[in-house]
Amino acid sequence: MSSETQQILTTDGIPLSVSLKKAERKNKIKAFLLVVPLLLFLIITYILPIGDMFMRSIDDKMVTNMLPKTFTAMEKWDGKEMPPEEVFAGFYSDFKILVQNKEHGKLAQRLNKEKNGFNSIIKKLFRQVQRNKIDEGQSIKEQIMKVHKRWRDVEYWQAIKRTAPPYTTAKYLKGMDMYYGPDGNIMQVEEDRRIHRILWLRTLEIAFFVTLFSFLMGYPIAHLLATLPMKYSNLLMICVLLPFWTSLLVRTASWMILLQQQGIVNDFFVMIGLVADDNRPEMMYNKVGTYVAMTQILLPFMVLPLYSVMKTISPSLMRAGKSLGGTPFIAFWKIYFPLTIPGIGAGCLLVFILAIGYYITPALVGGASGTLISNQIAYHMKTTLDWSFASAMGLMLLTGVLVVYWVYNKLVGVDNIKLG
Amino acid sequence: MALPKYTETRYRVWHYSYLFICACVFIFLIAPLFVIFPLSFNAEEFLVFSEGMKNLDPDAFSLRWYKDMIYGTKNPWGLAAKNSFIIAIFATIGSIILGTLAALGLSSRYMPYKGIIMATLISPMIVPLIISGVAIFFFMAKAGLAATHTGIVLAHIILGTPFVVITVTATLTGFDHSVTRAASSLGSNPVNTFMKITLPLILPGVISGGLFAFVTSFDEVVVVLFLAGLENTTIPIQMWTGLREQLSPTILAVATCLIILSTLILVSAELLRRRSERLRGINR
Repeated sequence: MSSETQQILTTDGIPLSVSLKKAERKNKIKAFLLVVPLLLFLIITYILPIGDMFMRSIDDKMVTNMLPKTFTAMEKWDGKEMPPEEVFAGFYSDFKILVQNKEHGKLAQRLNKEKNGFNSIIKKLFRQVQRNKIDEGQSIKEQIMKVHKRWRDVEYWQAIKRTAPPYTTAKYLKGMDMYYGPDGNIMQVEEDRRIHRILWLRTLEIAFFVTLFSFLMGYPIAHLLATLPMKYSNLLMICVLLPFWTSLLVRTASWMILLQQQGIVNDFFVMIGLVADDNRPEMMYNKVGTYVAMTQILLPFMVLPLYSVMKTISPSLMRAGKSLGGTPFIAFWKIYFPLTIPGIGAGCLLVFILAIGYYITPALVGGASGTLISNQIAYHMKTTLDWSFASAMGLMLLTGVLVVYWVYNKLVGVDNIKLG
Repeated sequence: MALPKYTETRYRVWHYSYLFICACVFIFLIAPLFVIFPLSFNAEEFLVFSEGMKNLDPDAFSLRWYKDMIYGTKNPWGLAAKNSFIIAIFATIGSIILGTLAALGLSSRYMPYKGIIMATLISPMIVPLIISGVAIFFFMAKAGLAATHTGIVLAHIILGTPFVVITVTATLTGFDHSVTRAASSLGSNPVNTFMKITLPLILPGVISGGLFAFVTSFDEVVVVLFLAGLENTTIPIQMWTGLREQLSPTILAVATCLIILSTLILVSAELLRRRSERLRGINR
């Protein structure tokens, strides 16, 4: 409202602009209140737990809490020579408490991960402490150093010092097959033990190819569905929608039946003479099975966005292109294809994101070479119970997905995603 | 899609090969579902078509595995089905209530921070399931809800609401707000207006979102694997265990029932979609 005009008043004598603003604020609050229940629910049960995952993944407070006096004393130690008497005294009093609480085993386990050889020397020290062999009147440094020669090795004290910070990025490094070396440098795991890198690459590879196959198969049928007359296309649409609504496990089960060695696909290959009856190829429990089953399962997610975009493209555009002298191929490539790019983007994004986090189908038909990063996360959650490592890998995967999502949003825009 | 008479041969060839490719893809999509039907009526224990079945010998077919599914001793399917339905129904109701309310707020033109809130609300759909599973498990373990029906229902509400939010927001984009204003000006209170005017108009969207939520819950296995104890076993968990250990024909009988269920859901979703488009005045 411009200031030159006279202020318009409502019947109550309040300026109209004020009154309108008030009404608008009321509407804003009303709208917001409707969203609040779901928003709060999701924040508490979902968003905060993802934050909790992050805290777990970097948490390393165990040793920090076990050896408080040691670490206070270590603050003055330069970390090059053997630590001074106070560090030993602090360590001894911390250790006595741990022995009383029977927690020295946990400490040994954790420190042994930091540097090999801690297990045995902590056990030795434990026996000495239990038998009250250590005389608190004399130099504790001398006595501890006598327990085992490794207690005289400065590298072990450096290893203890490294566990002092309450947070660590070690789990993330482990997820990339790296670790902290003795002097705090980042080191690579030996080449034959780099399992996680193989899994990341395999996950990317499978997600990429499944997306590619889905695109190559989905594009023609989406085009056919969009151009056929309604009464035919509705019928064919069932072929896309029925698998979409059918249980994932049912579809995986049917692929397990089809692809088994005595299965129908192999029967067919034998029938047409492609393979010999006694030499049926193994199509399950390897990558082939994973590709085939995942492509079929994710194909509807490609077809539906493509279809909804193609449906809006007027057929007269292609006709115009052809009438202006383009061959059908040129007309398709120059006119139709560019118009379908939002659909391609949405379909590929959906399939890629779904494929990269896939777990069930690879676990059932993938065998050893079909294991993906999600399987590894589930394995650490359920079997090794290394939850902080599972969290770290989960968050690395999530970061990857969010990057893909962000790039897509920049390129195409998220608003184009439609559900069937 | 008949070709005009003047079409050159090479385009004719291309056109038919295109149709052939499409036919192959359609078969690839739908055929796996049909393999399960005949095999679930197999009289034998093997998961291959026996000679008798190939010759359509009536003795080669039986309802044996269906009987085993229902009456079989130590068979977990009854409990699993009961749990699955209970969990899915409650999760659907929860998703519908929370999702519809949120969608109503999000469709209001006064809604502040629309983008970021929408992104938060549909995030469970974008985040890979395994990560959702881990996060939800941490929450439920802390809240003491792991291995309870309540915990699984809450988890499925998390996963189901994005679908309701999306479908109901889509329905509301074509919504004519003057009808609710008319109701208010005629003296109706907001709750009454919602129940009598808005809800009937957006009902198709609500129900189809609810169907999505139902199917998501009914078919969900990743999160349940983390959360469920022995008491909370569901159909997907039983299938997962069965498929991992040994593929038995009983699983195929269950699978057949699930395919029939999904066909029913598909038909109702399609009918609803058409009705919704008709109500919103979209004609194709």
